[in-house]
Amino acid sequence: MPDLRPVEESSIPAVLPTAGAGVADPYLHLRHIHKRFGSFTALQEIDLAVQRGEFICLLGPSGCGKTTLLRIMAGLEKPDSGQIWQGGREITTLPPAQRDFGIVFQSYALFPNLTAADNIAYGLVNAGMPKRQRQQKVEELLALVGLSGSEGKYPAQLSGGQQQRIALARALALSPGLLLLDEPLSALDAQVRANLRGEIAQLQKRLGVTTVMVTHDQLEALTMADRIVVMNQGSIVQVGSPWQIYHHPASPFVARFIGMMNFLPAVIQTSDGGGVGVRCRDYPLRVVSAQSWPIGSAVNLAIRPEDIRLGSLDYETENTLTAEVLRSEFLGSVYRLWLRVGDGLELVADVSAQASRHLGHETRLRLQLPSQHILLFADANPLPAQ
Amino acid sequence: MVTRLTTPAGSPPPPLRVAAFSEVWVQRVLIGAVALWLLGVVILPLAEIVGRSLLNAEGEWVGLANYYTYFTTPGLSVSLSNTLWVTLSSTLISVILGLGFAYALTRTCMPGKGILRLVAMLPLYLPSLAQAIGLIYLFGNQGLISTGFFGWLPEWRIPLYGRIGIILGEVIYCFPQAVLILSTALLLADARLYEASIALRTSPWRTFWTVTLPGIRFGLVSAIFVCFTLVFTDFGVPKVVGGNFNVLATDIYKQVIGQQNLVMGATISVLMILPTGIAFIIDRLVQQRQVAMVGSRVVPLQPRPQPWLDWVSFAFCALLAGIILLVMAALLVASLVKVWPYQLSPSLRHYNLNAVAGGGYAAYGNSLRMSVYTAIAGTSIVFVSAYLVEKCRAWQPIRSLIYLASTLPVALPGLVLGLAYIFFFNTPDWGGIPNPLHGLYSTMALLVICNIVHFYTVGFLTASTALKQLDPEFEAVASSLKVPFYQTFWRVTLPLCLPAILQIGTFFFVQTMVTVSAVIFLYPPDLRLASVAVVNMDDAGNVASAAAMSTLIVLTSLAIQALYWAATQRLRRWSQAWQQR
Repeated sequence: MPDLRPVEESSIPAVLPTAGAGVADPYLHLRHIHKRFGSFTALQEIDLAVQRGEFICLLGPSGCGKTTLLRIMAGLEKPDSGQIWQGGREITTLPPAQRDFGIVFQSYALFPNLTAADNIAYGLVNAGMPKRQRQQKVEELLALVGLSGSEGKYPAQLSGGQQQRIALARALALSPGLLLLDEPLSALDAQVRANLRGEIAQLQKRLGVTTVMVTHDQLEALTMADRIVVMNQGSIVQVGSPWQIYHHPASPFVARFIGMMNFLPAVIQTSDGGGVGVRCRDYPLRVVSAQSWPIGSAVNLAIRPEDIRLGSLDYETENTLTAEVLRSEFLGSVYRLWLRVGDGLELVADVSAQASRHLGHETRLRLQLPSQHILLFADANPLPAQ
Repeated sequence: MVTRLTTPAGSPPPPLRVAAFSEVWVQRVLIGAVALWLLGVVILPLAEIVGRSLLNAEGEWVGLANYYTYFTTPGLSVSLSNTLWVTLSSTLISVILGLGFAYALTRTCMPGKGILRLVAMLPLYLPSLAQAIGLIYLFGNQGLISTGFFGWLPEWRIPLYGRIGIILGEVIYCFPQAVLILSTALLLADARLYEASIALRTSPWRTFWTVTLPGIRFGLVSAIFVCFTLVFTDFGVPKVVGGNFNVLATDIYKQVIGQQNLVMGATISVLMILPTGIAFIIDRLVQQRQVAMVGSRVVPLQPRPQPWLDWVSFAFCALLAGIILLVMAALLVASLVKVWPYQLSPSLRHYNLNAVAGGGYAAYGNSLRMSVYTAIAGTSIVFVSAYLVEKCRAWQPIRSLIYLASTLPVALPGLVLGLAYIFFFNTPDWGGIPNPLHGLYSTMALLVICNIVHFYTVGFLTASTALKQLDPEFEAVASSLKVPFYQTFWRVTLPLCLPAILQIGTFFFVQTMVTVSAVIFLYPPDLRLASVAVVNMDDAGNVASAAAMSTLIVLTSLAIQALYWAATQRLRRWSQAWQQR
């Protein structure tokens, strides 16, 4: 399996505007946002800087406050404290009508008694644009979302995916500086969702409009975002590129929420400059870690199922174990194996369909936990129940 | 093309067209206006009547002395227990009959559903006292049934005047309301629950108790509340067939009109509000718990033919519809013959209403005008206030108070409202503070306001339900597009709610046309009204003329209802493009 991991952090595909001024002066800046609903704390101490042209995903389980945060950006909710700056002016207390954004909701919120063209032109009429120019703009926008010729159709005559494209065109009609997407794909079928995912991301890149999207779907966040903001229980738990979030989760929560992760309890045995020796049950393992750990402290090892190497490991000596295959699941391109090492250590490993041919039907396998792919978390973070 | 759609990075955002005045202020002014309106027409008059019950005729504070007088005067206090007795019996009977009828309409395949439903709704279109007059023509001394169809059959006499007559009349009066509420509740059933029940081999009887009844429990509470309030506060039926059986509503009328004892009228009014107020609070508390049930997607239940059940249902419904038709027919026939029951040759002489006291066709014209004004003004006020409560975001606490004050009038009996308005609007000043609304007294405007308030709650809740069905994000999207809320109200909200608006307007018209209780204390001598004329003609012994006027009222209400149906049909065709799903 080729190791796609870049050697240096700087080799992450550059997605942030790198102009120094831009970084120092974010387009959208949220500072110390707090929000309570009665006794429920919806958001606490939210700090977030979004650069011009960036695509940000707010990702988290339901109830984590991501939608509330989006509504605060739109002015649909007022924060209890904190400040919001957009394009160099403070907008914290401005009503939605005096801000500069377009918004798309999960429910589309298209006006059912207006045609697609009238929906798109809804804001243009009020902006005082002459009729001819308006028609031209509507045509452009329809072409942009790939629905040319649908001017006269009513929302009920369009499919869900088409309705959401119209809603997107309507949100873009006034050329807003900020595009807010509130779970725009959640109401759609899987196939439509996958197509629209790519289209929205491409469109955003073409237009260069700063975008914040709320989603609970990790795949959406990983494929579309420049940066992902992972939220849990009203707080931001990690901000980073999809690559960082996936490969360097800041906490067991993030690790488990995005993708699948094996956790193994262990105790630190040795700790030197480049690596750590741990004991996991009776097995001594080595982990690459720049951090130094106190000897004897309890930790959790974490490794992704696809990072576990299986079979033909005769020449490997480091971190090899023998496991029994409990059951396997066929997922199309990969097999997912449930393994047991010794009498209690359970692991999940993914093996590509191609590689699985070499494994045959053996019930006992040699496996390796590559030391550079193991993450260490202090045991102070209690693990969420699986 | 691409570059035109967005601002190049670094350039300032496009200039915003900021409205000259803030939208929030427009909303606040409107919310404030609605709050003031409810304060002036609901809260203050109510406070006034409660206050008056604590004063004597000279306006001096006497505390609870009036209540003491009431409960120690045997002739008065007996009517409280009388009222409770007939109310509970009538409510029980009409809810049980209504449940049977509604079940047959929604859950069986009996024939003739459309016509049966129509007949069951007929009593909605005439004043309750017309029902009682119809009963007199059937069960009175010269009644069709009492005399055994004028001697062809054995006589069958019942003691009509008194509790039996009242209960009979009240059951017919509130039966359609029970059917309406319960059939709506029964229609909301989820077919999957019944399929699960069949799959688990549950008997139909047990299914009824474990699935059907729990499913409609909120509708049942609502029906009981509505029937209880209607009967408890009804004035028309006891006025006509009550005889010597006194109830609170007739007591208030006698105290105010007969003895000019306004203080005792206020005292009895407060006693009348107490039970309806308690029923109102119970209903509110129960309905609040319903929220959790709505929202999930329901698979509608399609009834399957069950010959035995279908025909039993048909027989039951046909019997009830037959009784209603008989009462209506008696009223119609009595108004169209020379002298009931002696000269049964057809004649239109009872329709020469100008020949008898009561106001004649001028009164009919006044009622018509009053109903049109009430329908237009009432619908506008109710819809705008429901919109402000549901869709605006300013002043949350005041909007909650508006909601509460808008649901309150349903617990206020018409007589109490009318009396409260006399007290409140006829007061030129309160210890030096002039009453700015005094000028409204004895005007058409006050009659219209009184009717709007009397039927406020149903209109408000209908509007509020229609608005709740719209996507809550419409306003958010519109404001992100810099479109002011009133423009979205005009272009989107109003067109989408047009069916509900027509329904509210029709409701206001029909109710105003048939109401007696709310206006009987308020109408000035130069503004006589059709429904009040029915009372006065009946009082004066011109029962046939009263029947004729009642027939006119029914026909008018039915015509408006037909107009509504025609309008909604056209509306449906017009909006087909965007309503198909």
